[in-house]
Amino acid sequence: MTVLGDVSGALDILCPMHLVLSTTGRVMHAGPTVQKLRPDTPLIGLGFLDLFELKRPRGITTMEQLNAVAGSKLHLQLRDPPRTEIKGVLVRAPDNAHSIVNLSFGISVVDAVSDYALTSADFAATDPTIEMLYLVEAKSAAMDSSRKLNLRLQGAMIAAEEQAFTDTLTGLKNRRAMDHVLSRHIDWGTRFGVMQVDLDWFKAVNDTLGHAAGDHVLQTVARIMVEETRDCDTVARVGGDEFVVVLPYTKGTDGLEHIGRRIIDQLSRPITFQGEMCMISASIGTAIYEPDARKTMAEILDDADVALYASKNRGRATQTLYDPALRAKVG
Amino acid sequence: MHGLINRAIQRFVIDSYGLDKWVEATRVADLGFVEFESMLIYDAGVTPNVLDAVSQVLNRPRHEVMEDIGTYLVSHPNVEALRRLLRFGGVSFVEFLHSLDDLPDRARLAVSDLKLPWIELQDHGPGSFSLVCQNQLSGYGHVMMGVLRAMADDYGALAVLEHTGEGDGVETIAITVIESEFAEGRAFDLGARAL
Repeated sequence: MTVLGDVSGALDILCPMHLVLSTTGRVMHAGPTVQKLRPDTPLIGLGFLDLFELKRPRGITTMEQLNAVAGSKLHLQLRDPPRTEIKGVLVRAPDNAHSIVNLSFGISVVDAVSDYALTSADFAATDPTIEMLYLVEAKSAAMDSSRKLNLRLQGAMIAAEEQAFTDTLTGLKNRRAMDHVLSRHIDWGTRFGVMQVDLDWFKAVNDTLGHAAGDHVLQTVARIMVEETRDCDTVARVGGDEFVVVLPYTKGTDGLEHIGRRIIDQLSRPITFQGEMCMISASIGTAIYEPDARKTMAEILDDADVALYASKNRGRATQTLYDPALRAKVG
Repeated sequence: MHGLINRAIQRFVIDSYGLDKWVEATRVADLGFVEFESMLIYDAGVTPNVLDAVSQVLNRPRHEVMEDIGTYLVSHPNVEALRRLLRFGGVSFVEFLHSLDDLPDRARLAVSDLKLPWIELQDHGPGSFSLVCQNQLSGYGHVMMGVLRAMADDYGALAVLEHTGEGDGVETIAITVIESEFAEGRAFDLGARAL
C-alpha cells in the first residue's frame, strides 16, 4: 500500500475516493471509499479502463491517451451494474511513473449512498457531500409540506366554489348557478324550456308542522324534481318554495308537458315526516326560449312567471305553457 | 411564529394524547380552527397561548410538556424526517453537540423563513458542556432538553442533562456526557431517505 510512500496514507484521508494507477493503467492502490464500490472484488491489479467506461472525453482507450488529458474533467461510468456515473480528474504523480485519479459521485451521490451503503466516515471531513445530502432531504421534506398545503388549498377552493353554486339545504343549484346556466344557453343559442315551479300549500305545512317538517318537504321535493328530470336539465331552488328547471334541447312542447305532469303527480303524493302527512302540490309555468326570438334572460323568466300565475289562478296542481295572450288576461 | 413550530405542537398532542385532547386545547386557546398549516406564518402570540392551553388540558406543567415535545420531535416515527436531519449533524453525540451552533442556519437552509432561536454550545473540558438557548419563547430550553435527551439515546450515548434556569433572555442546560458509546443506539443510514 505504499506505492507513493507516505503520500498514499495522506491521500486516503484527503481523497478517500482516489486511485493510484500504473503506467499501464492498472490499479496499484485504491482509496477506502472507492473500494466500497466493489466490496467483493479487490480493485488492485484491475485495469482502470476495464472498470470504468470513459464517456467523455471520447475515444480514449489507452493509459497513454488518458495521461494526455491529465487535469481535465472525466465523465466515467462503472461498467458493472449499478452503472453509477462518476466524475473524476487525473494527475501525474510526482514520481512520474504513476497517475492519481480522484473520483466524485457528483449528483449521483443520492443513489450512491444507498447503493453502496456509504456513511459519513466514507467522505473526507472537508467534503460538503453530507451537507448536500442534508439539503436534499430537508428540501424534500419542505416541498412535501408545501405540496400538501397546496392540495388542501385546492380542495378548499373547489369546496368553496361548489358551495357558492349550491343551495345548502337541498343540494340543488342556487339562483346564481341558474343565472349562469341560463346565460350560457342563451350565448350558445340553445333552444330550451324554463319551468317556474311553485309549491302549493307549503306555507301551511310550515305553519302547522314547523320548520323541520318544512325543511324535510323541501329536501324531498328537491330529490323528486331531480329524479323526474334528465341529467342535462338544471334544477335550482331560487326562493323559499320556488324552483326553476332549465330543460335544454327540447323539441316541441309535448316533452316539456310530460315532465311537468310527472313532477306535479309526484309532488301531489303525501310526504311523511315523523308520522305526520304533509300534503303539498305544485303549480308550473313553462316558457320556451327560441334563439331566433332573441329574448333576454329576464324576459324569458318573466314569461314563465306569467304562465305560473295562470296555473295558480286555474286552481293549482296544474301547468301552463306561456302564450302572449296570457299577458292580456293578466292585464 | 412559523407554522412548522405550531404544527409540531399539534402533532405531538394528537400522536401522544389523541385528537380529542388537541381539539379541546384549540378551544381553550380560542384558536377558532384545529389545523395548523406547516407552511404558513402565524402571529407570535399564538404559540405561547397554545402551549398554555395544552398544559391546562393535559393537566401537566408547561415545562414538562415542552420537554416532551422535544423528545417527541426526535423519537416519534411520524416525525422521522426531523431525526434524520439532526443526525446529519455528526457521527457521534459529542459531534452532534458541536453542530448545534449551526442548527438555526441549517433550519433556514431548509425553510428560508424558519427562524429558530439561536443556541450556543460552551465546552468546559472533557464531557462537560453547557447549551445556552435564547428564549423568546419561554421554555425553549426545555424543548432542547427533550431533543438532547432523545438524541443521546439515538446515538447510544449516556448523558446527564440539567436545566439550570433562565435569566437575561436565555436558558441554560448543563450537559455531562458520561459515555459516548454506552448503548447500541439507532442506526442512521445515509441512503435511507425518510420520505
